[in-house]
This record gives sequence, structure tokens and C-alpha cells, in this order.
Amino acid sequence: MTTTAAAKNQADTRTMSGAEMVMTALQDQGVDVIFGYPGGAVLPIYDALFKQNFVRHILVRHEQAAVHAAEGYARSTGKVGVVLVTSGPGATNAVTGLTDALMDSIPLVCITGQVPTHLIGNDAFQECDTTGITRPCTKHNYLVKRIEDLPRVLHEAFTVARSGRPGPVVVDLPKDIQFATGEYQSLVDQPHRTYRPRTEPNLADIDRALDMIASAERPIIYGGGGIINAGPAASERLAEFVRLTGFPCTLTLMGLGAYPASDKQFLGMLGMHGTYEANLAMHHCDVMVNIGARFDDRVTGKLTSFSPNSKKIHVDIDPSSINKNVRVDLPVIGDAGRVLELMIERWKARGLKTRAQSVQLWWGQIEEWRRRNCLSYRRTDQIIKPQYAIQRLFEKSKGRETFITTEVGQHQMWAAQFFGFDKPNRWMTSGGLGTMGYGLPAAMGTQIAHPDALVVDIAGEASIMMNIQELSTLVQYRLPVKVFILNNRWMGMVRQWQELLHGGRYAESYSEALPDFVKLAEAFGCVGLRATTPADLDGVIDEMIATDRPVVVDVAVDEKENCFPMIPSGAGHHEMLLGPEDKADPVATEEGMVLV
Amino acid sequence: MPTSHIARRHIIAVIVDNEPGILARVVGLFAGRGYNIESLTVAEVSHARHLSRITVVTTGTEMVVDQIKAQLGRLVPVHTVADLTTEGTHVERELGLIKVRCTGEKRVEALRIADIFRARALDATQESFVFEVTGGCEKLDAFCTLMEPLGLIEVCRTGVVAIARGPVAIGEAS
Repeated sequence: MTTTAAAKNQADTRTMSGAEMVMTALQDQGVDVIFGYPGGAVLPIYDALFKQNFVRHILVRHEQAAVHAAEGYARSTGKVGVVLVTSGPGATNAVTGLTDALMDSIPLVCITGQVPTHLIGNDAFQECDTTGITRPCTKHNYLVKRIEDLPRVLHEAFTVARSGRPGPVVVDLPKDIQFATGEYQSLVDQPHRTYRPRTEPNLADIDRALDMIASAERPIIYGGGGIINAGPAASERLAEFVRLTGFPCTLTLMGLGAYPASDKQFLGMLGMHGTYEANLAMHHCDVMVNIGARFDDRVTGKLTSFSPNSKKIHVDIDPSSINKNVRVDLPVIGDAGRVLELMIERWKARGLKTRAQSVQLWWGQIEEWRRRNCLSYRRTDQIIKPQYAIQRLFEKSKGRETFITTEVGQHQMWAAQFFGFDKPNRWMTSGGLGTMGYGLPAAMGTQIAHPDALVVDIAGEASIMMNIQELSTLVQYRLPVKVFILNNRWMGMVRQWQELLHGGRYAESYSEALPDFVKLAEAFGCVGLRATTPADLDGVIDEMIATDRPVVVDVAVDEKENCFPMIPSGAGHHEMLLGPEDKADPVATEEGMVLV
Repeated sequence: MPTSHIARRHIIAVIVDNEPGILARVVGLFAGRGYNIESLTVAEVSHARHLSRITVVTTGTEMVVDQIKAQLGRLVPVHTVADLTTEGTHVERELGLIKVRCTGEKRVEALRIADIFRARALDATQESFVFEVTGGCEKLDAFCTLMEPLGLIEVCRTGVVAIARGPVAIGEAS
């Protein structure tokens, strides 16, 4: 810290309670909204919240939803999402959300109340070992036992959450510390004592990567959520680099929006439900440039058959992602945006050229794969195909500022396949953890951050039931979130796997005793709409968009439709199933069955 | 078989902030990610800077050990991770306290073996000894094996501590 900054902080030192420190630190960090639920062990903080006007509090109906809402807020803005919950059940209910944020690298600060320090370890009312429980599902966590530590810990929590590979941080705050009085000073610009994640890449690595890229004959650029986390400028640089090289580009589920979906160099999403052209290009490429993705098992399929003949470059901010699943030839540690910036700079400065003729031949091959039109499906006039519903939603939302969240399952994959994202931060989905119940609260948080935007939760009828109580929150805060339910009366993805891998024995995957979603919406004070035939669909979507209130749309879709293309579990990228006619290879499925 | 597929024993030294929960973080990481721990020692090494040193002995292929190091490096309170097995040469020691209950001729034999191993008798009664023995793991193993038929009844071992040879300290650029 410079002397002037030190002097300024010295001058700013004020005496206040721990609870007031929490609110002051949030304000100093520029936090304008927090998501939470009160309880005995956080009452002093709620009291401090009551006495100020800077931070708005959104009262959710379940702590899990508070965390997902903060995730939606964080992912759609690039800022740190903030959660405030009480001890015991408040903290344990937050665990799913924290794990979700850890898996998808979402920056969060979650403040949990704790029983007074003298009661810790006594099995007190609403006590749980919050730091113990959340240790493996946070990037870092703190139990603050001295008021002197509180200002530092609060600001450090934000620094840790947002720097390097982002993630959730828990600050567990016993009630007596909230009441205690101490000296507060703003430490917003204070660097962490020791934590220094590397963001600046090694220039020699960049040059080596560019040499490989220039010599590539069958290249592919494979981008992931790291580009989104590196900020919108990183996505612009990705587009610039992709155009500069003329290479094909594919994105992971978490990376959608990092490169414009409408661009002809985009091959669509890759992976288990990715496009034929993207997966075959991955399989047959000679140079793979992975930027901010982590070779997740949903992307690689069977590791031993994953892109067997390629040289692999892996750009990642987290050294532990390197060689975790797939051995790479050249790791480049650094921030995705910074790496792309330097790659563009060095490419131009060195006057590098691609092997244009070979790359053109490669494109010829890719175009041939593309002509398989792997996302095609049979449309009918009688019944709504889920893919068609998403296509219509996409068409109708064009020209608007649109943000999409999803739950988890078939609808999520169809949304990823059929909704095109041209910009980053517009797509919020639970990728790593696969949390059903994520979409509605995430949409809530997104709408808070973007009050005038069209925010749609593309949902399934099973997932939406997992956090349906948040409709009440939508109504309380007049959040005009649209819940677009593709209702096929099945846990579709479970049923699809049972069909393909378990002999069609549909154990417990039928959604029995479903509510009437229109009446349910109305009971909560939302608007309920229903579409049952393809002819209804456009009118219902128009009405949904035109309604300036929370809307639940129950779209009755084909119950039998499955999600294709699909790489069966345990198969390689070249063994894709393109439609219901394709049968999984029985040998491959044997070993695939044990995988998830 | 390429060397990268052979599981090897590695001694990893980790310098961490001495704060509550740090040991749980490190142990939880090993348990949660399925890495194995052969031994683990931890103690504060700088009171002024609140630093502790953890020495972990683990076994894994090159890829697994690289992951272990990277995952340890990712923990916020971790300052330095050094693989003493691959980064130059090192010295390692373990200390054992070994209780042997015996009488008569066996006592003489126990003392004779202790002498060979330069073990010290820290405690003696008419029918027992507690020996202190220091050395590599194999030396301690061998000592215990020889004491077994003489009346070995209890073993206490510290686990391995290790340090790199030469003038460079851990975390310093060499």
C-alpha cells in the first residue's frame, strides 16, 4: 500500500459494530444488492441493513435460491454476487449453491451467521460447523473470531472471490462478533497478503503457441467459461483472433456467447450433446487451441479416444486444470483475455500466416459434416417439439436484450443447441454441478441486475419444482421473469438414459401428480399461460414477452422426444448418435454404464 | 511402459499460513480427490510470520503428483509447494520411539541392536526399554523388524521430514 493510501485509510478509520462493518464493507466494495434470508444468528446484520440505504436486500424463499440468484447476478454482470444467510440450516441450505458456484467458477461472497463464539462446539441451537462443511465447496472460507480481523477478512473475501479463477468465499460470523465494537477501515485496494494468482502469461509460451497455430493444417479453437470470466473484452478478442486465423471455433456449454453463434466460423457447442461438426472437428484436428475450458468429461467423452492425433495448447488461469484429464503439449497459464490480447499482438508483430490452403481443405471437410444437419428433428402440426418451442422463443426474442437461464436436463441441452448467443454474459446455466432448480433463482438475480431486459428461465417441469417457491419472490419485487416450461411429463434426461442404457425400465422418472402450472402461477400472483399445439405457440410467446409481470408458460411438448446428437457415455467423439434411429454400440455402453 | 505411468513415492513440502483449519484443508483435499497420504507431519516453523511447514509423503504417477502439487498451490493459505523428490536432492529423516518388553538374554540382544542402529534408550525398566531411533524410513522399518522377536510392543513414528540439500531455501529461486 502506498503511503497516501495508508494515510487515507488511517483517516477513514471509524469505530463501529461488527454488523455495521459488514454493511460498510459491502458499500465500500460497491455492492448494490444482496440476496438473503434472516435468522437468529444474523439479526444484528439485518438491523444494520435496516438502518442504511445503499445496499438493497432481496428476500428469497429458500437459502439455496439466494445463492443461485447471486450466481445469476454475478454471471450476467461480471461482478461479485453477495449472499447473507443465518447459521445452521441457513448455511447448509446454501451448500448446493456454493458447490454450484465453485464448479462453474462464479465469484460470490456468502456471509453466514454463526452462534456466539463461546457456544461454538456446544451443539447450540442452529449451530453447524459451517467452515468445516463448506471447506470443500468454497474457494476459501473464514471463521472470524476477533473483531480486529473482520475488516480485513471482509475485503479479502472479495479479493479472493474475484481474482484468479473466481469462486465462492464464505465468511462465517459469530453473533457476538457482530455485536462487538471495533475499528473499521476500508481496505478495498489492499492486495491480499499472500494470494497472488498468475494472470500474466509467459511470452515465450505465447510465441510457441503461435508457432503451432501457424503450422496447423486442421486446427480448431475450443473456448470455455474462462473467456466469459475474463470479461466481455476477452470475447471480443476471441472473435478477433478467430477471424484473424480463419479457424473454426467451438464452445463449451459454459462458454456459449464468447463467440457469436450467428458467425459462420462457429461450429456450435461441442461435447455430449454438441454438434456433429464440432465433435468430429475435435476428433480429427491436428492442432487444438483450448482457451479457458477444462477438458470436462462431458466434453471429452472416452479419454483414450479423445482427439488422438492432435497437438494440444491449453490456456488456463488455473494451473491445476493443466493435465488433469488430458495431457497437453503446451500449457499457457494466464488470464484468457490477456493471453488472447498477446496472441493477436504477437501474431501481427511477427507477421505470421496460417497454412491457408490446408485450412481451406479442412473447412471443406467440416462443411461436409455440417451438411449432416445434426440438429434436425421431425416437425409436426399436431404436437409441439421442444426444439421448435426454443427456436420460436429465440426468433421472437431477437432484437431484444435477452438473458436466458436454464434448469438442468433435456431442455437445458436443447436451449444450448437452439438458442444462439452472440454476446457473453447472456447465458446462465448450471454446467459443472448440474443443479436442477438453478434456473428460476438465477433468472431472478439476472433480472435484478438488468431490470429492463427480457429474462427467460427455460425450464423442465421436474426441475422447476425444485425451487418453485421463488415465484413468490418474483411477485414481491415485481420481477418480470418469464418461466418457459417445456413440459414433457418426464425427467427427460433420466428417461433418455434409461431408454438407451437400462432397457427402457423407467424407474421413477415419470413426473406424476404434476400441478396445473397455470393455476399455480396464478396462486402465486404471476400470470399463467399454456401452449398445447404448435399453432398456439407464437401467440403465447408474444403474450409472454408483452406481459410486464412474472409469467409462467406451460408448454406441452412431445413426451417422447430425446436429445440428439449424443455421444453415449463411455464413447468417443467419432461414435455419436445422430437420432433415434442410431443405436448405441452395446460394447461401448457396457463400460459407459458405470459413468454418469 | 512410459515412466509417467509408474507410481513413485514423492516427498512434498508445503509452506502454509498457520491458521485454523489449514491442516483440514490439506487433508480434505487429499481425501476428497482420492490422493494417498503415506505420512504427514506439520509444525509451526516461523512464529513471527505464522508459517507452518507440512511434509507429505505420497505415491502417484507423474500426472497425479503434478495434480497434487497444483491443487495444493490453489489453496489460498498455501505459500510454497516443493517436490523434494524431483527438485534436486534432499535429506530426509524420521524419528521413532519404540517400546520393547523383554528380560534376560533378549535385553542384551535388544541393546546390542540398538547400538548398531545408534538408537538411544530413553527409558528403561527391569522388563522394558523405550528406544529413540532416527533415520530414513527403511532404517526404522529394519529396526522394528529386528525388535519384533525380542518383544516389540509399541511403535510411535513422526513421519518423514525432509529438506533440500544445498544453499537454497524453500521458495527461493535457485
